[in-house]
Amino acid sequence: MEDITPFLLSLLSKPGISGYEESVSEIIADRLRPLVDELTISPLRSLHGLRKAATNERRPTLMIAAHMDAIGLMVKTVNHGFLTITTVGGIDPRVLPGQLVTVHGKKDLPGLVQLMPDRLLNNETASKAPTKNQLFVDTGLTQKELADLVKPGDLISFAQPPFEMTGGYIAGHSLDNRASVAALTLCLEEIKNYNLDCNVVAAATVQEELHGIGAATSTFSVRPDLAFAVDVTFAKGPGSNDYRTFSLGEGPAIGLGANNHPALTQKMTALAEELDIPYFIEAMPTSSGTDGMAMQITANGIPTQVLSMSLRYMHTSVEMTSLKDIARTGRLLARFITDLNPDSFSKLFEEKTL
Amino acid sequence: MSPQTKQVLNVGKAQLDLLEELTNANGVSGNEIEIREIIRKKVAPFVDEINVDGMGNLLVIKHAKKPNAIKVMLDAHMDEVGFMIVEEDGDGLYEFEHVGGGDERQFVSKPVSVGSQKLPGVIGSKPIHLASEDEMNAVISQQGMRIDLGPAGKGKAKRGDYAAYATKFIRSGDAIFAKALDNRLGCATLIELLKTAPEHVELLAAFTVQEEIGLRGAKVAAYDFYPQLAIAVDSTPAFDFERPDGNENTQYNCKLGGGPAIYIADRGTLSDPRLIRFLTEVAEENKINYQYRQPGGGGTDAGALHLTRGGVPSVSVSVPGRYAHTAVMLARISDWQDTLNLLQQALEALTPEILSGDRA
Repeated sequence: MEDITPFLLSLLSKPGISGYEESVSEIIADRLRPLVDELTISPLRSLHGLRKAATNERRPTLMIAAHMDAIGLMVKTVNHGFLTITTVGGIDPRVLPGQLVTVHGKKDLPGLVQLMPDRLLNNETASKAPTKNQLFVDTGLTQKELADLVKPGDLISFAQPPFEMTGGYIAGHSLDNRASVAALTLCLEEIKNYNLDCNVVAAATVQEELHGIGAATSTFSVRPDLAFAVDVTFAKGPGSNDYRTFSLGEGPAIGLGANNHPALTQKMTALAEELDIPYFIEAMPTSSGTDGMAMQITANGIPTQVLSMSLRYMHTSVEMTSLKDIARTGRLLARFITDLNPDSFSKLFEEKTL
Repeated sequence: MSPQTKQVLNVGKAQLDLLEELTNANGVSGNEIEIREIIRKKVAPFVDEINVDGMGNLLVIKHAKKPNAIKVMLDAHMDEVGFMIVEEDGDGLYEFEHVGGGDERQFVSKPVSVGSQKLPGVIGSKPIHLASEDEMNAVISQQGMRIDLGPAGKGKAKRGDYAAYATKFIRSGDAIFAKALDNRLGCATLIELLKTAPEHVELLAAFTVQEEIGLRGAKVAAYDFYPQLAIAVDSTPAFDFERPDGNENTQYNCKLGGGPAIYIADRGTLSDPRLIRFLTEVAEENKINYQYRQPGGGGTDAGALHLTRGGVPSVSVSVPGRYAHTAVMLARISDWQDTLNLLQQALEALTPEILSGDRA
């Protein structure tokens, strides 16, 4: 199988902030095009790549969705040579001081998020945890240069370049959820030479970080018979060790709980066992916090399953995940697809009597 | 801003490439070897003596070619703030201490480079999704942070390994974003001045160690050189922001775009008034943009230099820079160029007579 790392690094190097996914959508489209029969773009700019069943008869349709948008920042004001900012998506202001960013003004400008020095603050604000109102972006430009190039509403993306870690791990911003886009790509590559007995729609969705907007609309359009939401979950790491966290690099997490159809949870678990792919069961007592929530309640209801790769330091510029887990996730999905036909589909949802 | 600055030395591609190489390299206090080796290679073609002393200072001499030369020491510290691995915590995670002055609010969400192998690592933090409201209102404490080499980095680093921010140099117009501009700007300045040193000056250039943890290298370097006068070349923090409360900022220290900051007084040194006057005259005569750093706290190697042996008349000249002691500093090329030119013109104009008068 082709090494996914260069593609993933290219995905991580594009902004694609929620609502403005074009830059990343373009390179995903280029990669998906040879792997699907039809590639379409939804009205909200989600990408839908369709692999058709090798028959004209009616076959079940499976949707695998991964959001491609990323968290970021936005210019609030241009003020005395500095930019005040707000966040797009959930960002802890405490991770922002010292962050390199790109300000997408009339042209792309390097910038740096920083804190006001304590000596210019009073006792209530000095040495405290920063709030986003106290942070600003410094581009190093003069007041006039900046005013000519940047205006309120301009986007600001993380600029810290992604990099490979020792032994098959990767770090960078936007691994949430470009890692899942890479997993979808690997899945499509794996099933490329198979005649399918089901239809598959691989969707790269928009605006997940703003409440699953792309997933809801894409699922409505595609109206699949069953769906997978592929996303990232929390890896164990400093300060993160409770039941919601999983050992990094030791297999994908299969969601269990109301957001997941039990038949799909069982089937994925059985497949992982059969393929000897290590996995975790991720307990989701109420909701999954993923695209799966919007997908499940679309139209008259879609059997949905959440599948996740664990990742450290979510929503920072140094997110870290395992290339092996990306490959495992792709393989697990591919096997589910090649196993799916009208017969197995109807068996999957046979009500079991207690 | 001066109307017509006399520029003899230019900061062009060669100088920016030099600064890029120096800032991308790692030299946390106590582990300056990589910086020392770069500088040694750069200066070797045009100096007379190169020695490394018992502490790791790189002591470079360019002899005068005229008699009765004045012995001038230029000092720039090579070290930068950074981290040391102090304990392995399993799963590729390592406990660390900060080396030098630093604000723990600046540590998280940064890539770092660990050990002589430069292993890629990160300092992360608990995801916002898992943080409670109380946690969100509190500073993320260094005690809870780890340097993370990834699960496959287990056993790869050892206690005592140094780690530096892995920031790469960026130029944007007149602005430079890089780590360790404090004080590779000073190192690059000395390298350039060694190339063009005037013949009547016995130039003693000290690239010192351990400034960030107490001016330790400068103390012994000055003992060795025992110059007639010393200039510490460094980078000083510019706090030149609009105050959030709307009041006038009277504590800016120095300003970006203001040119070299000449020190009058800091926590450790009262600069020699004769040298302050001399530098001021040189700047005025050559129409070089300059500023006085606001007297106050802080300090440079001059704090050690001026106390050496029977005393050495000393002054500090710094390139202004924002966000010192963090992963990314910001400075202006024009300020660096003005600093280079002030010091070059000062060396040209320097005579023993400037020290013949009283201090004040």
